[in-house]
Amino acid sequence: MPTLNMVQAINLALKEEMQRDKNVVLLGEDVGKDGGVFRVTEGLLEQFGSERVMDTPLAESVIAGAAIGMALYGLKPVAEIQFMGFIYPAIDQIFSHASRIRSRSRGRFTCPLVVRAPYGAGIKAPELHSESTEALFCHMPGIKVVVPSSPYSAKGLLISSIRDPDPVIFLESSRLYRSIKEDVPEGEYTIPLGKARVVQEGTDVTVIAWGSMLQRALKAVEGVNAEVIDLMTLSPFDEETILKSVKKTGRIIIAHEAVKTCGFGAELSATIAEDAMLHLKAPIMRVTGYDVVLPLPKLEDFYIPTAARIKKAIEEVMKY
Amino acid sequence: MPEKIIESYNVKRIEILDEKGNADESLMPSLSNEQIKKMYELLVHSRTFDQRALNLQREGRLGTYASILGQEASQIGSAFALEKSDWIFPSFREMGVYITMGYPLYMLFQYWSGDERGVKCPDDLNIFPVCVPVGTQIPHAIGAAMGVKYKKDKKAVVCYFGDGGTSEGDFHEGMNFAGVFKLPVVFICQNNHWAISVPLKKQTASKTLAQKAFAYGFEGIQIDGNDVFAVYKTVKEALEKAKKDNGPTFIECFTYRMSDHTTADDAIRYRSKEEVEAWKAKDPIQRLKLFMEKKGLWNANYQKDIEDKAKAAVDEAVRNEEAIEHPEPKDLFKFTYEKMTSRQIRQMKDF
Ligand SMILES: Cc1ncc(C[n+]2csc(CCOP(=O)(O)OP(=O)(O)O)c2C)c(N)n1
Ligand SMILES: [Mg+2]
Repeated sequence: MPTLNMVQAINLALKEEMQRDKNVVLLGEDVGKDGGVFRVTEGLLEQFGSERVMDTPLAESVIAGAAIGMALYGLKPVAEIQFMGFIYPAIDQIFSHASRIRSRSRGRFTCPLVVRAPYGAGIKAPELHSESTEALFCHMPGIKVVVPSSPYSAKGLLISSIRDPDPVIFLESSRLYRSIKEDVPEGEYTIPLGKARVVQEGTDVTVIAWGSMLQRALKAVEGVNAEVIDLMTLSPFDEETILKSVKKTGRIIIAHEAVKTCGFGAELSATIAEDAMLHLKAPIMRVTGYDVVLPLPKLEDFYIPTAARIKKAIEEVMKY
Repeated sequence: MPEKIIESYNVKRIEILDEKGNADESLMPSLSNEQIKKMYELLVHSRTFDQRALNLQREGRLGTYASILGQEASQIGSAFALEKSDWIFPSFREMGVYITMGYPLYMLFQYWSGDERGVKCPDDLNIFPVCVPVGTQIPHAIGAAMGVKYKKDKKAVVCYFGDGGTSEGDFHEGMNFAGVFKLPVVFICQNNHWAISVPLKKQTASKTLAQKAFAYGFEGIQIDGNDVFAVYKTVKEALEKAKKDNGPTFIECFTYRMSDHTTADDAIRYRSKEEVEAWKAKDPIQRLKLFMEKKGLWNANYQKDIEDKAKAAVDEAVRNEEAIEHPEPKDLFKFTYEKMTSRQIRQMKDF
């Protein structure tokens, strides 16, 4: 079984899905000849040709909007937005149309598309190359939001996303792209959307994380009898797995890279408070980015939640 | 009824200084010898800065950097026509503009090293911070030009962007506003023929970028962007037109990105060496040098002198920048709002 990093695993998922289904097409800025600025689509232009791997003009709104049109017409577009910070021009299309065409047409038309984008800080990039604004998309019914944390899950989740009948925002941590490797089987396997993964079982405290924060969460729980949940799909999220864990450990830490206020941790906390309040032994704690504009490289390490901060939160809740 | 042609447009191209350093005297802008030398020095200075930035990046002392190599005439020529009171909305590849306007060099290094304090523009300049999302500064230039018009100020607004920027909705919406409101704005589009790996012909099916302006009801002009005289003259006239309230102008500087897109890019993957070589012959600095030599304004001693001065200025800027203490983590919180929120004050206690 090949050992792949995240870039290679995502590339493999795209390649296999394109081989399987000729309606799967890719579009985006620099995805063809250059193979994407992170090389995620490397080699696909050569293999599938420019009719299926489209270098587009520099226009995010049309990249998303055209993906909608393609999806309506029966194609399975996978659009790349070069960095999550550049998705904003596409939000009108995603929010006003992709999210509601099924509803607007009472199911006559649907939008099975995927918008992939690298997200997150930690690669010393210029402004707006480090955002993690996943919660924006979770606030929009009709959109699914998937955030893989490892090469294996990235491949399985991307295949599921491409096959999903609804629009999926698929966020790839640019910090993880080449920093972790894992065995990734060739050939198709899927990981269902809407299901979380219990990465490690434990009894004393639960740490919920996704994407870029999972590694730090795992480091933070070393030496603690902790359960670690990789949420994987944020919308719709796996309430069952979370509530089960709350009932087991009674102590909850949520770690995310996005700013605290209205981050996705807020939704998880509220859900836990609503549905499992009486099982809690300690206040829910969120370890998140600060409520600030994401800094340039010199300060970014101070922004990103560290394993030490998660560890401190664990110590806090263990006092109860 | 017979078909009729109801509108047609002609797109002008302006060239003054050729690759051999010969200038078309009938088109030459009025520039004193001192001004020409000053322009030359700014070109050399900008290139010295640019090369140092690339070196520092390689050594890990700067973050990702977007080189201006090859585009110096478009930047210096246009900025040379500006007054300090004019307003400038750059993208991210305009270090030559900042340098010409007198922006402190060490602050440019500071910005590219990943320290936001470097983009706090000095009070006597109206140059906006680097704008990273492509094309999104165009609407700001529109709004500033609406302000100029409203206040009846004798100022113009210039907006810089690239060929790739012309594909974004903000470009089209902004151009339309400029035409409708007849705004005192000059659009300077550096057509460097590439948007990362996407060549101009995949960016637009239009033969020129200049022609796009006509659709919005104002003039677009293509100029040789490696010809500092053509750039200076065209921009100067467009600024005068703007200041007389005669509306916007779109200027396509026909130039070439000689470097990789940024230090994070590798252009060998998508473009040929031959194409790059062919543009080397059009170097903007070389041709001005040849011109000056013919006029007796250039000799080897002068060259050495200005190179030494440029190097010394850049050395000093690097030293000054590296002597600045690392920004404080508390700095993260200080500019989100005028006053920090109570939640931010609590979060800041982590530091
Ligand atoms: C809205 C947006 N999308 C994508 C990017 C990533 N990106 C940075 S520069 C660039 C190409 C810009 O090309 P052009 O406008 O021609 O300017 P140049 O880089 O050639 O100066 C791209 C795609 C971005 N910064 N902003
Ligand atoms: Mg360009």
